[in-house]
Amino acid sequence: MALLEAIGVTVRFGGITAVDDAFLSAEPGSITGLIGPNGAGKTTLFNVITGLQPPTKGRIRFKNHDVTRAPVDRRAKMGMGRTFQRLEAFGSLTVRENVQVARDVHAGARSWFGGRKDKRVGELIEIVGLDRYVNQRADSVPTGVARLLEVARALAIEPELLLLDEPSSGLDEAETESFGTLLQNLAREGCAILMVEHDMDLVMGVCELIHVLEFGKVIATGTPAQIRSNRAVQAAYLGFSDDSTTMQVPDDIAAAATAMLAAPNPTETTLSIPAVDGEG
Amino acid sequence: MDVFVSYTIYGLFFGAAYAIAASGLVLTYTTTRVFNLAHGATSMVAAFVFWQLHVDKGMPTWAAILLVLFVFAPLYGIVLERLVMRRVSDAPVGVMLVMTLGLFLFLIGIAQQIWPSNTSKYRYVTQFFGTKSFPVFGVQMYYHYLITIIAAAACAAGLYVMLNRTRIGTAMRAAVDNRELLQLFGANSNRVSILSWIIGSQMAAVAGILLVAKTGLDYYQLTFLVINAFAAAMLGRLRSLPFTYLGSILLGLAIGYSQYVHGSELLENGLQFALPTLMLFLILIFVPEVRLRVGQVKGVLAANVPSARRALTTGVVFFFLALFVTELLNPTNTLRFGEALVFGITMLSLVLLTGYGGYVSLSQLTFVGVGAAVVCKFNTSSPVAILVAVLITAGVGAAVALPVLRLTGLYLALATMAFGQLMDYLVFNASFMFGFGGKINAKRVSLFGYDFSDTTSYVALELAVFVLLGLGLLTIRRGAVGRLLIALRDSPAACATLGLNQRWFRVAVFSVSAGVAGLAGALMAGLQGYAAPGDYKEFQSLPLLLAAAVAGITTVSGAFAGGLLLMLLPVLAATSTALSGLEFLVLGGGAILLARDPNGLVNLFYRGMRAVVPRMPVPGWVTQRAASAPKPAEVDGEEDEDLDEIPEAQVAGHGVA
Ligand SMILES: Nc1ncnc2c1ncn2[C@@H]1O[C@H](COP(=O)(O)OP(=O)(O)OP(=O)(O)O)[C@@H](O)[C@H]1O
Ligand SMILES: [Mg+2]
Repeated sequence: MALLEAIGVTVRFGGITAVDDAFLSAEPGSITGLIGPNGAGKTTLFNVITGLQPPTKGRIRFKNHDVTRAPVDRRAKMGMGRTFQRLEAFGSLTVRENVQVARDVHAGARSWFGGRKDKRVGELIEIVGLDRYVNQRADSVPTGVARLLEVARALAIEPELLLLDEPSSGLDEAETESFGTLLQNLAREGCAILMVEHDMDLVMGVCELIHVLEFGKVIATGTPAQIRSNRAVQAAYLGFSDDSTTMQVPDDIAAAATAMLAAPNPTETTLSIPAVDGEG
Repeated sequence: MDVFVSYTIYGLFFGAAYAIAASGLVLTYTTTRVFNLAHGATSMVAAFVFWQLHVDKGMPTWAAILLVLFVFAPLYGIVLERLVMRRVSDAPVGVMLVMTLGLFLFLIGIAQQIWPSNTSKYRYVTQFFGTKSFPVFGVQMYYHYLITIIAAAACAAGLYVMLNRTRIGTAMRAAVDNRELLQLFGANSNRVSILSWIIGSQMAAVAGILLVAKTGLDYYQLTFLVINAFAAAMLGRLRSLPFTYLGSILLGLAIGYSQYVHGSELLENGLQFALPTLMLFLILIFVPEVRLRVGQVKGVLAANVPSARRALTTGVVFFFLALFVTELLNPTNTLRFGEALVFGITMLSLVLLTGYGGYVSLSQLTFVGVGAAVVCKFNTSSPVAILVAVLITAGVGAAVALPVLRLTGLYLALATMAFGQLMDYLVFNASFMFGFGGKINAKRVSLFGYDFSDTTSYVALELAVFVLLGLGLLTIRRGAVGRLLIALRDSPAACATLGLNQRWFRVAVFSVSAGVAGLAGALMAGLQGYAAPGDYKEFQSLPLLLAAAVAGITTVSGAFAGGLLLMLLPVLAATSTALSGLEFLVLGGGAILLARDPNGLVNLFYRGMRAVVPRMPVPGWVTQRAASAPKPAEVDGEEDEDLDEIPEAQVAGHGVA
């Protein structure tokens, strides 16, 4: 039985179907990737899982409970932690205070009036490697640091499921690598990690299972090797599919997509493909 | 039957006028994201200008109307957009509310200054075509009413054509959905914004001119039109113009039919005024939960929090210094200082709520009034009365916050305003509260056998309370609750995903804040020896909030300075008729200028001191350096819409990321 299951989730915004009958799962102790072009609905699916966005259709099961209608904070209390693609760090608090707030919430209202020092705060900051920034305001640190801060903050509530929305953007190559190691350590301790990521090296390197989303649909699920050789996935990254919806893809993007899906390219750490949909 | 028809016509007249005002409010809110609390004040000023041109200067009606609508209103709209609205469109809700509230009072101040009320001249505007009327279903209908209804229909048609048939109208509708998108496609968002404010001001002016014959030419009646307009617009959730029209007509009819109610004078008069507020509360209760939004403004310049030791020493020094000064004051000034301290304590409640939490209460003085009334009811010198007053006020605060706790800042603020008005009309004026004649006596508290009958000693007691509360507040700010308040202000969504149940947290904070205000009220009643409803009018909460904001709403020292400011300004204004608008001009103008820096004058003062004497030990309330980068930029990902206050996300475009 999977820790998390999304069952037939559909989200419509007016005319747009952002997520279309998507199925997905995450297991304890393993890192699951969720990839797909821009606008594929990855973030929206995260919002549905964590409760920020009610689905039009479908269900979310977590730890064998149907949590589809549970409020955001209840799911967090059950053990879901997440980070945000658009940063949601508490800008007017310091890095340390950001993590401290999460610990306070985790410990519950009774602890708020005690004033005991929580040494886990320092540990978490060390784990993500932000010792240098502890006393800086969160709105004054670089993006990459703020992302790692969000990871530390999510870990502060001791989640069983950790949802990461593009955690590595803003990190340099070395940082990304140690971040990958951190994720593997967390997984080894039993945490289930579900990660949206555009950095294919990272995804292919650490994930056991990968779901590919395109236009809201899960078009493939498999191991990194299976995904790399999947024709539908290649097509998705090239921006067209076998059926009638043919689209113009600029050559450079097509080339980039091919390069990315091919053998890991050490110089190319992040790559995002602009959404190619009918909007323009 | 005749009665029914004439009440209906009367109601339709009001409904039509409200519809014009409300659609202006909705138009500007949807296109620019600024909720203009001063919308009614615009109507008020326009009505005064109309009076000046038409009645005072004797211009023909049509010429005066044309001048007001096509010269005054557009100019006003442009100036407004340039000087005020452009600066708030991306600000947090609290800042936006304080700023437009500043405008609200500033306009009243201007009106008081240009058209002072204490001249022998009585100003009035009669309705168009006087009492000329024509028969409808057996009753006579004034031409004025017909004109108003036609004007409302014309405005609706005009808006429809502009929004659906013109290029700029399309751009305006795009701005509703997605402001970034608008910029992306090269539409000039400044032009859209200016045009919105011009049209919004024109509609406010039309409503003002049509209503002034009924409300009278007065600074307040038309200014509070914003409540009616807001109540009507809420039916369309501040988004839909057709529903705004429907809401207006329903509200107008309700006011018309309320004339059926006969009973006590309180009920007859009170009901008419309370109806919009009641309607507002009803709708607010049924508005679905606001979804948590991500990608908002966060990170506010915050004052440093002094360490416990430093706060304690500063508090003790302050206490004795202030006590020493009090000893030197004459009896009148001692009493005034006592009042300033009560205001200061009330402002401490705002430091918690607004300064730390970012929520705005527009009825803090109403809570003060509740506290005062409770203490008077007990009429005993036992401190238990004060305790009960605090508890009851805290309970009332929780009851106000409960219905709106699913919603966000804007709605909470407007609900408090509605609550204050209801209390004004239905409770504070009722005989069971302050009795007929509206004044009940209170005894001063006595502690450990000491009765504080000497005013100086009572002021010392107030000082002690102020210092203790201030220290308590700073302790809260340094602890877990303070961090949570700030975190919640910066990102409600992140707090929720950490597992915080913010509904109850919010109610608790609001309730504590109300309780502190209740304590201030209890002290006020003791100071004055009585309580009268006139001292706790909803309207007076507005200068209170602004004085706190101008002095510095994030700090304890700001609360003290704000109390002094609020006490001193009316005293100054009373010295000469040439200063009649002084209080509101200073507070309103100050709020407009300073709203973006919530740390206010006190902080500017400290910074100035630091600049002159670099090593000077100011009490620790120096602003932190502004963050070097405004906010970590997004590497990729699509832009979010900024609909933080929109109850629902049924908006096409780009969203939650
Ligand atoms: N609140 C909303 N209202 C309307 N449309 C939305 C909303 N949120 C998302 N969308 C649309 O849903 C689609 C999926 O968006 P989503 O952000 O989930 O994609 P994503 O896969 O996370 O993309 P990216 O890689 O850029 O982060 C997009 O077309 C987006 O414009
Ligand atoms: Mg995304």
